Amino acid sequence: MPFVRNQWYVAAHSEEVGDELLARTICGEPIVFYRTSAGEPVALADRCVHRRYPLSASRREGDRIVCGYHGFTYDPDGTCVAVPGQKRIPRTARVPVYPVVEQDTLVWVWIGDADKADPTRIPRAPWLGSPDYVTVRGMEPLAARYELLVDNLLDLSHETYLHAGYIGTPEVAETPITTEVDEDAGIVYVSRRMKDAECPPFYAKSTGITGRIDRWQDIEYHPPCLYLLHSRIAPTGVEPGPDGDDPAACHAEIVYAITPETETTTHDFWMVSRDFALDDEEVSKFLAESNRTVILQDVAALNLLEEVIAGEPEGYQELSINIDTGGLAARRMLKKMLEASS
Amino acid sequence: MSRRLQVVWEPGSDLLIGVCHCGAESRAADPVEIWHWLLSHPDHPSPRTEHEH
Ligand SMILES: [Zn+2]
Repeated sequence: MPFVRNQWYVAAHSEEVGDELLARTICGEPIVFYRTSAGEPVALADRCVHRRYPLSASRREGDRIVCGYHGFTYDPDGTCVAVPGQKRIPRTARVPVYPVVEQDTLVWVWIGDADKADPTRIPRAPWLGSPDYVTVRGMEPLAARYELLVDNLLDLSHETYLHAGYIGTPEVAETPITTEVDEDAGIVYVSRRMKDAECPPFYAKSTGITGRIDRWQDIEYHPPCLYLLHSRIAPTGVEPGPDGDDPAACHAEIVYAITPETETTTHDFWMVSRDFALDDEEVSKFLAESNRTVILQDVAALNLLEEVIAGEPEGYQELSINIDTGGLAARRMLKKMLEASS
Repeated sequence: MSRRLQVVWEPGSDLLIGVCHCGAESRAADPVEIWHWLLSHPDHPSPRTEHEH
């Protein structure tokens, strides 16, 4: 399956893009990222026009990149401003520049026709940069196609089996879901609201709530890239106030960015933002380590699935049940976007 | 008004209830069937009289 083009994808956490040249392949396109002295992120095709040497393996001279092979020198807009040994610079000496936007502590890159790039279409995750939240984050490379990660995240009943002892409890798989698709906005919502449930260690140790809880998992998937999980943990029976005020509950905003690297590999960006224990470094450490452990469990499972898919004949017939209602909606939306973009 | 499609899992059963943005409603025993029904708007197949259990 090729990639959904004419879309914004998360290319990096803001903190990953700095003075160093960062090589990252997005949707099969090798790109070099860096930040100018004015603080602006730049994304250029990671191949010198001359003999395709990776610019990411080159060096910077101020805001320019000097190719590490023969010295072709590029401005941040991709224009070649110097070639070795001669004054005339060929008119075609220019590397493609990618539209790039930094928003909510993420660096987004546009994959597709540059003139169609509309930054207002980038979905928001405002808590990532909010002083009212503390965020831990990371990125795990996945040796599996991005569709498998979409399936994985749209059906959280797998938490009970794959992530027992961390975020999985029996109630996750047992509780019915409600699924909603907004056809115009292009969003899939999946909601699972558990009453009087066991508190998994991930939340018991971080929130300090150890008794029975009400646990809400409200998913908002903005295909193709951004996945938001609004997680609410409260002592059982405690409801939010009529104005949405909810001081007795703990809220964790779990964010994933699902960015295809190649057709069978994916950048699995993850973030956990919380509105509780804001000053507690230990909680940050615990949540970062636990979430990474959980993701590595998913990575191992999905890598295995990718091997299975690679080794099987075409046309394997899957079986879907109620828990797959959201995943099926996401697949259909991706298929529609793919058809529209190719 | 945005076009929203909803699938609710009927409490205490294994049935899914699909609600189209046009107000039409149907029940089905699996998600493939319920999406098929929802996405055939405005030509929703008429609801079946009997459900598989
Ligand atoms: Zn309808």
